Amino acid sequence: MRFGPRLLTFLVVAILAASALLIAACGNDDDSGADDPGTGNGDDTAATDTPADDTDVSEGDRADASGSITVYSGRSEELIGPIIDRFEEDTGIQVNVRYGDTPELAATILEEGSNTPADVYIAQDAGSLGLLANENMLAAIPGDILGRVGTEYRAENDTWVGLSGRARVVAYNTEMVDPDELPGSILDFTDPEWEGRIGWAPTNASFQSFVTGLRVVEGEDTAREWLEGIRANNPREYPNNTSTVEAVASGEVEVGFVNHYYLFRFLEERGEEFESRNYYFEDGDIGGLMNVAGTAILQNTDNQLAAERFIEYMLEEEAQDYFATETFEFPLVTGVEVSFDVPALGDLDPVAIDLTDLEDLRGTIELLQETGVLP
Amino acid sequence: MAVLRGRPVQLNAPAIAVGLLAAAVAGAMLLPALYLLIRVFADLGASFDVMTGSRALTSLRDTVMLAAAAALGAVAIAVPAAWLTTRTDLPFARTWFVLLSLPLAIPSYIAAMTLVIFLGPRGMLQSWLEPLGVDRLPDIYGFWGAWLALTLFTFPYVLLPVRAALSSMDRSLEEASQSLGKSGIVTFVRVVLPQLRPAAAAGALLVALYTLSDFGAVSIMNFPSLSQQIYVQYRGTLDRDAAAALAILLVLVAVVVVVAEGFTRGRARYHPVSASRRPGRIRLGRWKWAALAYVGAIVSIALVLPLGVLAWYTSQGLAQGESLQAIREPGLNSAYVSLIAAIVTVLAALPVAYLAVRRPGIFSVVVERLSYSGYALPGIVIALTLVFFGANYAPFLYQTIPLLVFAYMVSFLPQALGATRASFLQINPKTEEAGRSLGKSPLHVFFRITLPQLLPGMTAAGGLVFLTVMKELPATLLLSPIGFDTLAIQAWDLSREGFFTRASFAASVLVIISAVPMLIMAIRERTPA
Repeated sequence: MRFGPRLLTFLVVAILAASALLIAACGNDDDSGADDPGTGNGDDTAATDTPADDTDVSEGDRADASGSITVYSGRSEELIGPIIDRFEEDTGIQVNVRYGDTPELAATILEEGSNTPADVYIAQDAGSLGLLANENMLAAIPGDILGRVGTEYRAENDTWVGLSGRARVVAYNTEMVDPDELPGSILDFTDPEWEGRIGWAPTNASFQSFVTGLRVVEGEDTAREWLEGIRANNPREYPNNTSTVEAVASGEVEVGFVNHYYLFRFLEERGEEFESRNYYFEDGDIGGLMNVAGTAILQNTDNQLAAERFIEYMLEEEAQDYFATETFEFPLVTGVEVSFDVPALGDLDPVAIDLTDLEDLRGTIELLQETGVLP
Repeated sequence: MAVLRGRPVQLNAPAIAVGLLAAAVAGAMLLPALYLLIRVFADLGASFDVMTGSRALTSLRDTVMLAAAAALGAVAIAVPAAWLTTRTDLPFARTWFVLLSLPLAIPSYIAAMTLVIFLGPRGMLQSWLEPLGVDRLPDIYGFWGAWLALTLFTFPYVLLPVRAALSSMDRSLEEASQSLGKSGIVTFVRVVLPQLRPAAAAGALLVALYTLSDFGAVSIMNFPSLSQQIYVQYRGTLDRDAAAALAILLVLVAVVVVVAEGFTRGRARYHPVSASRRPGRIRLGRWKWAALAYVGAIVSIALVLPLGVLAWYTSQGLAQGESLQAIREPGLNSAYVSLIAAIVTVLAALPVAYLAVRRPGIFSVVVERLSYSGYALPGIVIALTLVFFGANYAPFLYQTIPLLVFAYMVSFLPQALGATRASFLQINPKTEEAGRSLGKSPLHVFFRITLPQLLPGMTAAGGLVFLTVMKELPATLLLSPIGFDTLAIQAWDLSREGFFTRASFAASVLVIISAVPMLIMAIRERTPA
């Protein structure tokens, strides 16, 4: 028959694919077995804001931690992968990492409920950590680990701790803007002289965290006025920090409200002629809000010790040094030097704010919608 | 059973089996809607407020307009392109067809980004025009930017089925028209176009639903579509109930669109009455240059431009000593999982398409139409649906390849369905009846007569699914086995942090691998005399 060979090829391919599927299924069952919490009773309310004492263990136990943990990481592999590899080598604990967007991984953990395979969650901002803590998904972190970081960079109820600091800055186009003429406060960008010159990223989590900070520190009315004022200046909207910085460098806009470290990645790739630089706010202006990338242990972890060891390791000097040199972020543990061209954390004097307050994201979204910043 | 109501066909075992299979597939396709209902009913009052709020309704209107405009634009681009590459003596017609189908392989956020880099207010085009005193180009952001990006990168959804329909169309009708003294254009409008309607409508349906679900292009172009709002809810507040309420609106729109498409199909059946012959191609004559300019312009903007940007970044990276080695494993993973997903999805589409064409009735219509219900949903909704059902009801399958493939099937079955259905329509049932009258069993007839005639359509369907799975992100991120790295994941992971040079490696390889099924399809086509 004319179609015989074709049909045969098709069937062979189909059968091969089906068997590959089966093999993959078996292989994966072995993998996931190790992470299965096994005690999925569907009851997330068991979790409470337990104080650290309940789960506190001596450091000796933690140093002997072994086995494997699953980490849901909102930080990209590019930024955190190498230090996780070092952790595996140094401790013998196997780490399985799922990379994704910070809020989407948080939503995933909420959907998984008590069946979540995750032991540790790493977030790019404090807001998502706070939301998971509110849903009682997080376990308490022992006090000796928390103590490595200043109280302003960790949760009041011990459910999460910051790993590295990220400052809000204004990126400016070096050809179009003289940094000496930039205002001393972010609040002054509402001046009509900035009409048509500003770029921002209202759908982006880091911007929304900043607005939450603005509401907390300066009050709801000031936040509303600021949003309306900037909007009156017809800012251009971008989907994220990266595209905002890119637009500043190309001259599409003259200034952009972004996080500080994106610039350094562009400088690394494009060289010194990249036409954008950072402007840092000083004197505790809210424009220089210091947010954190942070981490937490899941309430349903089946390897609490290894999870603790992981977080402890990330707050040791080697890892903190890595964050400062490779990801251009501010180390949160005192005594670790910043090696790139930014003011030291001490000189910046960032605004005093309890980052736990950044969890009221819903209020921020509502304000952004009421002021027409978000549709 | 409702399958056979009113049909003078006896109820036999194979018919029941096909009905059950189709029902099972349709059931799987309903999971996202079920998940959304669970979320919405968690707080019905609040959800209702979200759904009927002016913000949601405005966004709904804008989104529907964008989808309609993109579908029209895609048909307007694709139908002439398909005709030029099948029916005329356009030079290198087959090569043009392959090039024209490739924009589909480019992820929408990359497509939109390259449009901004090129056509943005201070983009490349502006820098070329600067000596002429052009300081700034008009804004590309907003409705028209999103429309341009979506049209340019989804029109192959229309091109592929229309071209398939053109190639397998019975030419005797056209010859009859021409023998009656009608001109080429009149013949095209009066004879060819009506026969293309089912294929074009099926393609336009995919474009419209894809537009409803797209997040990449609308976020880069800053167009406040419903799917962008859904992402804002998830990302900003983790408010899954409010996000679900908005997503339900998308399901409702999808239902309306799908039903409307059903009406445009009519009851048309186009199968050849005689054996198909291939007469000579239409001479373009002096129109050849215009035709070349037309396909050339589309290929330049939708393919050469994004590939050029990727190549530029890649060359920058290579110059800095980056190695391509790192994308070997992700490349293999992407290709392998996409191939499995394509095969599974096409096989799942088969019973549904069969039922819809050969056993028309309420049951088959409902089953087929239901299969489209999830296609308008943004990827994150499908991904979270399967996170929810997988983690809580099938933990042994959760975050394994089978569940990931299942997620792809739920996401992309409609792509396979359109092409498979269209090729079923072109099979003359008389050939099957002839087989049965010779005393062959229905299975025998299916495998020896029906399936071989379906293979071209199924290959096209599989190619579409393959391409789309290659670039799929949300489900891949959340549902793949841990450590299963793919090209789409790499391109995204690197580009979101601003490492464009390395992101472009992954993206380039992604596009190249996606081109493979297109090339195979084009090569296997017999060159007309």
